[in-house]
Amino acid sequence: MYKILPCALLLAAGLMAGTTVSAQTAMQPAGSNAGGDAYPTAPRDPSLKPVFEQFGGKPGLVALMNDFMDNLMADPVTRPFFQNADREHIKVELVDQFCVILDGPCSYTGRDMASVHRGMNVDRADFNALVEDLQKAMSKHDIPFRAQNKLLAKLAPMNRQIITKP
Amino acid sequence: MHKFRRQKLLLVGALALAGGLVSLQAIAADGGDPADNVSGKLLLTGGVSQIEGSAGGGLTPWALIGSYGTQGQFGANAFYTRVNVQDYHLDDAGAMFGIDNRVEFSVAQQRFDTEDVGAALGLGRGFSFRQNVIGVKVRLFGDAVLDQDSWMPQVSVGAQYKSNNQGAVLHAIGAKSDHGTDYYISATKLFLSQSLLLDATVRFTKANQIGILGFGGDKHNSYQAEFEGSVAYLLSRNWAIGAEYRQKPNNLGIAKEDDWYDAFVAWAPTKHVSLTLAYADLGNIVIKDNQHGLYASVQVGF
Repeated sequence: MYKILPCALLLAAGLMAGTTVSAQTAMQPAGSNAGGDAYPTAPRDPSLKPVFEQFGGKPGLVALMNDFMDNLMADPVTRPFFQNADREHIKVELVDQFCVILDGPCSYTGRDMASVHRGMNVDRADFNALVEDLQKAMSKHDIPFRAQNKLLAKLAPMNRQIITKP
Repeated sequence: MHKFRRQKLLLVGALALAGGLVSLQAIAADGGDPADNVSGKLLLTGGVSQIEGSAGGGLTPWALIGSYGTQGQFGANAFYTRVNVQDYHLDDAGAMFGIDNRVEFSVAQQRFDTEDVGAALGLGRGFSFRQNVIGVKVRLFGDAVLDQDSWMPQVSVGAQYKSNNQGAVLHAIGAKSDHGTDYYISATKLFLSQSLLLDATVRFTKANQIGILGFGGDKHNSYQAEFEGSVAYLLSRNWAIGAEYRQKPNNLGIAKEDDWYDAFVAWAPTKHVSLTLAYADLGNIVIKDNQHGLYASVQVGF
């Protein structure tokens, strides 16, 4: 058994370089299929209707988005991505997007996540910073932690459309 | 006394390193591009420092890469851990570096104090075993945090090289070596919808009581696969509770070795500090059975 392991570790080390490259090439078509063509954002999930209520319905989402955008503008990591954007429009689109995911009475008519973020050079640290700004806003609005995580679980996979800088 | 001073020196060294790390980060933040190259990971998603210095729970390594450095970043932290059971105590200090959310390097030094048992065994009261551990871990694939639309865990492999300073005593009790290397593979997944983190680790090891009692023995002297597992429930962004299990080999004829368990609460008020408190059940250790008590750990870094 112990003869296999060093080999496995070596193999792993060898694979490491390989997987980085192949993951990038494999991820891109998978990403655009899932996020670009099939649907513009994360899909509606009927099981999250109770979470929609915990967010205070659509008025709750509107209030949340105001604080979220304030946090994004106050955060030096995320501000560059939003300071020259139409922030009021982004807030409206985000309300619709979250509302749809949480099975609220809304429809999302905005662009898909991949094309919106193309060329923006968002990296993983930027994405995580945005998540933290959203967490802070949700906590400020007293949204229960478990409800927060249910929404974040739906948003997290969109990192594949949003993060374009390896 | 001399050993104690050395231990203290290590602790001071670790704290100084940690202080240095935090100010390094402050300098980086002053450099006009605040927090752009450090601490890009979400709170508690680097785990804490496990007993051998790798990122994980308290007893077992996780597939997560330690520190708050995410892709394209680096991060580091230092820790100090104290375990107090009825007849022994363990002081444990170390540091780790995480690079690009891909590779983790760690060092740790454990000092296991036999208190009165040392006198009973004729070694002298407060006789101590000191063990140094050098660890490396590589993330193979998966993303425990972001891949929330699949069951695929984050998977990493790692190695921990350990060397114990009491070779003569170890040989006398039947251990075959005073140094050895553990190899492990870990799968970790955060189930965000359930606020639940699960880890399963398989460790290939010859270590007796994680190496404190040497490596290999009169009963077995080959690598054995041991299972380790953790479950953690996230109470909030800053608080997590959980439990762990660590299966152990039983190589020495002189003393039965039991599997370890713990139940923990971890608190991370910021990304620069975390505190972990646990109740640990370590079972039989040499001539003393049913050893259980408090595990306390502090970690600082970025």
